[in-house]
Amino acid sequence: MGEFKVHRVRFFDYIPSGIRALAFNRDTERMAVARIDGSVEVFHCSDRFFQEKIIPGREQCGTEGLSWVGERLFSAGLNGGITEYDLTNQKVKYTIDAYGGPIWTITGNQQGTHLAVGCEDGTVKLFEVNEDKIQFERNLDRQKSRIISLSWHPSGSKIAAGMIDMIQIFNVETGHSIHRMLADRGVGTSQSKECVVWGVVYLSDGTIISGDSVGMVKLWDDQTGTLIKSHNVTKCDVLALSVSQNEDSLVAGTSEGTVVQFQFVSVVLGKDDKEWVRTRTFKNHTHDIRAVEEITTAVVSGGMDAQLVVRPLLDKIEVRSAASALRKIHFPHRRLVSCARKSGLMLFQYPGHLELWRLGESEGKGLPGSSLFVKRNPEKLLHLKVKGEDHIHCSAVSPCGEWIVYSTASSLRLYRLHCDNNNISITKISKLPKVLSSANQLCFSSDSSHLISASTQSSVHLVSLSQAGCKFVGTLKPKSGSHQAIHLLATSEDGKWLASASSDHDVHIYNLQTRKAHCTVPVYSSAVTAMGIHPTTNCLFMMYADQQMCEYSIEQKQYTDWSRTVQRKGLHRLWLERDTPCLNVMFNPQNPSHVILHDTYMICIIDQSLPLPDDKTQFYNQLTLKSLPEEQRKSHSHAFKLCKNFKDILCVELMSDQSLVVVERPLEDVAAQLPAPIKQKKFAT
Amino acid sequence: MVEKSDIRVVRCGGSKVNFRPPIISTDSRFVLCASGDLVKVYSTRTEEWLHSLQGHTNQVTGITLNPSNHLQVYSCSADGTVKLWDFIDGILIKTFIIGYPLFAIYVSEKHEGILFLHVSMAAGSKNECFQLIAVHLPKSAEQEVEAKEMSAVSNHISSNPSCTAFGREGEYIAFARHLQLNVYFFKKQKTYSFSLKATDKKGAKNAFTCIACHPTDDCIATGHEDGKIRLWRNFIHKKEYTYSTQHWHHNAVNTLCFTPEGTHLLSGGIESVLVQWQYGAGNRKEFLPRLGGSILHVSVSSDGQLFCTSHSDNKITVIESSFKVCGVIQGLVKGDSVLTDLMIDPRSKALVLNGKPGHLQFYSLLRDKHLYNLDIVQQEYIYEAGLDQFEVVKAAFDVKGSWLATVEERGQKSSDLEFFLKLWAFDERTQSFVLNTTITAAHTDRIISMCFSSSEETTMLVTTAEDSQFKAWCQGADADTQQDQNFWSCDFVGSYHNLKPTNCSFSADSSLLAVSFQEVITIWSPDTWEMLTTLCQPPGVIRDLCFGRLSCSKYLLGATTSNLLCCWNLLTCALEWSTSVEVSKLQPDPLSENVAAFSYQSKHTDLFVFKPSEPRPLFTNKNVCSEKVHRAVFVPREEPLNNCDESSQWLNRSQLYFLTKSMDLLTFSTATEEDRMLSSSKRLVIDDSVAVTPFYLLLGKHRQQQQKLSTQSYPAADKPQQSQGSVSIKELLHTPAHVLPAASVLCSMFVNSLLISNTGVQQDPLRHAFREEMESSEQEMDSEKEEEESEEEMEACDSQQELRVQGSVDEVTPKLSKAQERELKRVRKTDFSWMAGLFDSKP
Repeated sequence: MGEFKVHRVRFFDYIPSGIRALAFNRDTERMAVARIDGSVEVFHCSDRFFQEKIIPGREQCGTEGLSWVGERLFSAGLNGGITEYDLTNQKVKYTIDAYGGPIWTITGNQQGTHLAVGCEDGTVKLFEVNEDKIQFERNLDRQKSRIISLSWHPSGSKIAAGMIDMIQIFNVETGHSIHRMLADRGVGTSQSKECVVWGVVYLSDGTIISGDSVGMVKLWDDQTGTLIKSHNVTKCDVLALSVSQNEDSLVAGTSEGTVVQFQFVSVVLGKDDKEWVRTRTFKNHTHDIRAVEEITTAVVSGGMDAQLVVRPLLDKIEVRSAASALRKIHFPHRRLVSCARKSGLMLFQYPGHLELWRLGESEGKGLPGSSLFVKRNPEKLLHLKVKGEDHIHCSAVSPCGEWIVYSTASSLRLYRLHCDNNNISITKISKLPKVLSSANQLCFSSDSSHLISASTQSSVHLVSLSQAGCKFVGTLKPKSGSHQAIHLLATSEDGKWLASASSDHDVHIYNLQTRKAHCTVPVYSSAVTAMGIHPTTNCLFMMYADQQMCEYSIEQKQYTDWSRTVQRKGLHRLWLERDTPCLNVMFNPQNPSHVILHDTYMICIIDQSLPLPDDKTQFYNQLTLKSLPEEQRKSHSHAFKLCKNFKDILCVELMSDQSLVVVERPLEDVAAQLPAPIKQKKFAT
Repeated sequence: MVEKSDIRVVRCGGSKVNFRPPIISTDSRFVLCASGDLVKVYSTRTEEWLHSLQGHTNQVTGITLNPSNHLQVYSCSADGTVKLWDFIDGILIKTFIIGYPLFAIYVSEKHEGILFLHVSMAAGSKNECFQLIAVHLPKSAEQEVEAKEMSAVSNHISSNPSCTAFGREGEYIAFARHLQLNVYFFKKQKTYSFSLKATDKKGAKNAFTCIACHPTDDCIATGHEDGKIRLWRNFIHKKEYTYSTQHWHHNAVNTLCFTPEGTHLLSGGIESVLVQWQYGAGNRKEFLPRLGGSILHVSVSSDGQLFCTSHSDNKITVIESSFKVCGVIQGLVKGDSVLTDLMIDPRSKALVLNGKPGHLQFYSLLRDKHLYNLDIVQQEYIYEAGLDQFEVVKAAFDVKGSWLATVEERGQKSSDLEFFLKLWAFDERTQSFVLNTTITAAHTDRIISMCFSSSEETTMLVTTAEDSQFKAWCQGADADTQQDQNFWSCDFVGSYHNLKPTNCSFSADSSLLAVSFQEVITIWSPDTWEMLTTLCQPPGVIRDLCFGRLSCSKYLLGATTSNLLCCWNLLTCALEWSTSVEVSKLQPDPLSENVAAFSYQSKHTDLFVFKPSEPRPLFTNKNVCSEKVHRAVFVPREEPLNNCDESSQWLNRSQLYFLTKSMDLLTFSTATEEDRMLSSSKRLVIDDSVAVTPFYLLLGKHRQQQQKLSTQSYPAADKPQQSQGSVSIKELLHTPAHVLPAASVLCSMFVNSLLISNTGVQQDPLRHAFREEMESSEQEMDSEKEEEESEEEMEACDSQQELRVQGSVDEVTPKLSKAQERELKRVRKTDFSWMAGLFDSKP
């Protein structure tokens, strides 16, 4: 089904940043993830863990804790500040200093009235959460050592604080300490090492559970301040703790990469006499688990190995399905690579810089499946460092390869690239229109004449580019609906249409010629992960996070017949069970019925002229087809052709010379860049 | 021919003691284990075999203490009966006939009068399908009762009895089969089942191998094939059940057991390490390593002070709760196969064969007791499947028992074959064998057979090997090594036409050596190493070779692979006779002319005993067993029997033991022998419940002497009366209290027994009167005692007195006043013994 020359690109040295903190919002089912580079991501837990929002980090941010208060998200870090995020526009709202030195932990009470932060100077600071800001209220009794972890009693009247070698319970009313519980140090040589209480959890029945650097999970009674029970979980540290909502299950993340589950089960069946019992152990990480969170149906854990692991709890799941499978999220659900289709350039987006590469060239033709001799090696043309401390939010290179644009939280920069054979030079376009102060998503029109920038309030600015400079043309705004930030933009080949998808699942279509909103695609319950406008038919092809696909005719303002057929017949089970979202939609100009899709593990060509497979047909049928004689192939073939020759794909793009660029980032290479994990003795080694 | 009714094949000692988990009695004094058709009772302190509970007619498949009486034990057997025993006295109390072969028994305190049994469903069909049934025991006083009231609990039962266990207080029963765990709740009558995947990406093997339930918590521990232990909780929920996994064993967990308090979990597997897990404390555990064979069962005494592990090498280890081995009960070690011949140590008369890996074991057949192991290989044995380790393959004793030759080898393929020939001298001082010589490359290929010369003066060893040579080894031939010790060295190397030797044998007087090379037997003179003659009777390779003994020593017997048994006369060097019989083992009796030949034909083994000089066999026994017999030995008797019967005469001086493929040690016993056995066992039962100790024996002798004296001095006329009373009293006093009927019932019987019946012999009136007086005084004494003891419990006393009155209606009981009573008491206190003497001497 179509032969392509493939550029297999492996020189994008992207290293995902380690996960430092997790916070789960039960009401909205959103999981906030804070990474070590300071970026914060929001995943939608009931929508196949699609990465809805990305707020880029800053240098020297050192986020240590995350906390939801209602629908507001706060973080605190070693820079001593508390930050609130503007989730609508995906940026930092404000940062205020707590004046207590580095902050190690932040947690909000269940009532949503207060935030407590634990500081280096030994104070627990309470902040009142107001309508639009937070206000420092007071300090609890100051302790001698830093506050590592905090947990509110669900009633909000008491706080447990984990420190070095001890746990303190504070009365919030008076601010005084009620109990001081000493955590034992390890035995033997570790006697001299202090015991760091990395995590505490305060349960409503007055039990305090702590996890410490000795490897113990300890249960304390807050009335008497005594130890009830201790479980030795690991030889190294217990770094994170989380309890389920109904307080019958507790998970502890260790630096061995294991998550240990404890369950509150009745000792004698049918009686209320319950006890915390260690039950399961999950090992899905290779490195330290820095954060763990038990959500309704799964345990989510993240750590130094930068992957977010969603381990379903099968006892909590009603129906087993693809949505409830073990999920490992390695890469962002955004494109970090943009390609200049016409000039063979690629722009790689790193957090702090951009890299521009020219693709190599190969000689002649080869047999299908064989590798060609590389005539000219790929070449790094440009290394563009970001000014300031902010990280790049989005970037793009124009199809002609002449323009490069990137945006951080505070600024947007547009460059023009001069390329005379081997001399590469860029010039910064200095006078940008005021509206282009920052962007959530950037894209160029297919003829590179316009820059399209998605801005706050779901608005899209249109800027025309010319040799002289750039000129603001107009702003496109949706007629109605919410104003969530746009995360996807797609332009049509003829330059007439623009489609934008925002994180609240709205897809708007604008007419670029009239600069008016054309129509809105009916809202679907799942987020759009990729879309593209067909060059000839001008149909918008959309992929959703739940692996459904839609084709919407822009001109007729309705779903196409093919799309309706897909909806009616349903997609194949194996297609729906894939666990990574499709990240790009491309069209083959030589065969208009072909749509090319890709996710992290495969490239797929959908032939819209062929019948759709149903659940009984063999989905991966290429090998069977090969074995069949020519005349029988027709009856056995169906619309989906999958190519699994590539792994860990970050981006696939179809260039104008009919070659495919496949950017891979093998996980082994990522793992090789990580620090060595804790050495463990393995049996029979 | 001869009727064989009085000779029968019996399973002799050395049956498995590790077949089912041993149990420890409540007072921790006894260990009981199923062993063959018996239940054996051992002492935990001395490790001695005290006695056995004999009565089942097939393999005992399960034993368990009676939950309502801790001095009784239930045993079930494949013969379809459950028997209730008093295990201290060895008395069979009751037999329940179930009617199906039983495979395991479980009881619970909660379910009184109900036994849970494994039975095999679908008798006849090959696929094993086991059923758990509950049998209600009928309340009947009869000795043998048929239990009819039974109900099926489940059909999903594993054949492994350790895959079933009772839960907390008998509320539920948990059983697993293959990958499914089922929990049946008796109250709700509901089964919950949980299944695991057979395997996962990491190569787990999740099949269940054993189960144990926590005694107080609702927690089920299961062992798995890959060595994992799972602790299941919350198993009344279909979905929200949960388990935690512990992994220490690297191979299947064979057994799990909770201590009675539930604080610890014991587990064991092929590693032969007993692991004690602290319950509820994650992976904190203690180890007791190097216990010998892999652990098959673990059991704990009811007070948790003693653990018992049974091992694959037929051993029970008694372990204190402080993890110290305090006793080992060793049965006949049975490996997967016995590679050496069965031998008799000429000194100790013990049976010698392969024991623990790398060891030879010495086993006393007489006492059915393992004597000791001799470490031959002297290397640490690693308990892991698939490892190629040294194993003793050949062993031989010389005539006096002062030399032992062993061959150990490793390497299944001949390419990496490694073997040593070792010679051991008996050390009088230490009373054991000491390594004298190790010969590393005795031959260039595997040694096939070896034998010592049978002469008294010089000992010589001949080995034959696959390198087409036979070698003779002599002691101390080296002149240059002037040392105290004499080592063995090669004396002669012989071969014949480069043929592979198969067997070697010395004649009875060691003047001739016969070595068979394929079809040819060569006769050599060991003195000159000159080949005297060759004998050949093709076709067929010689498989077994032996010389006749005593008067038949001129005969040489050879068995060939082509079903031919030949007998040559060595004087004429001609074939004396030959007969077509497929002989798998030829065994001469060293004490007589007899030769035993085992023949395997059409799936069963026949035995022929014959004298080489006579054409007619002395004894034939068709269908001795259904398997091929490769090992047999004649064991000299300590005291010869005097059977006159022609067919059993051959068993007079020695006994024939043989070993089947399935490692059963069998023997032949004659009728007279069995009679003797039976009588002795009967005597034992009646005799006493006192353990037979040296002290007792001393005392017993003394008592016997006394008895003799008394019978001599006292006249016979007095005897019957005396013995009658004493028997009932003796019965009363010697029957354990817990099996006696209520005291009220006994009382009347007792009194009756004291009375003189009217029909009794006419007696001396004087004596009669005296007796009456004595008895009445005795009664008085009783009543007085009672009065003294329980003044306040007058009612009870009254009723008893009434009873007594009833019991002795025909006797005039004088009502006595208090004063009279006192007077009588005084009289009683005065010694009347002189009177007795008077009476007795008078007639």
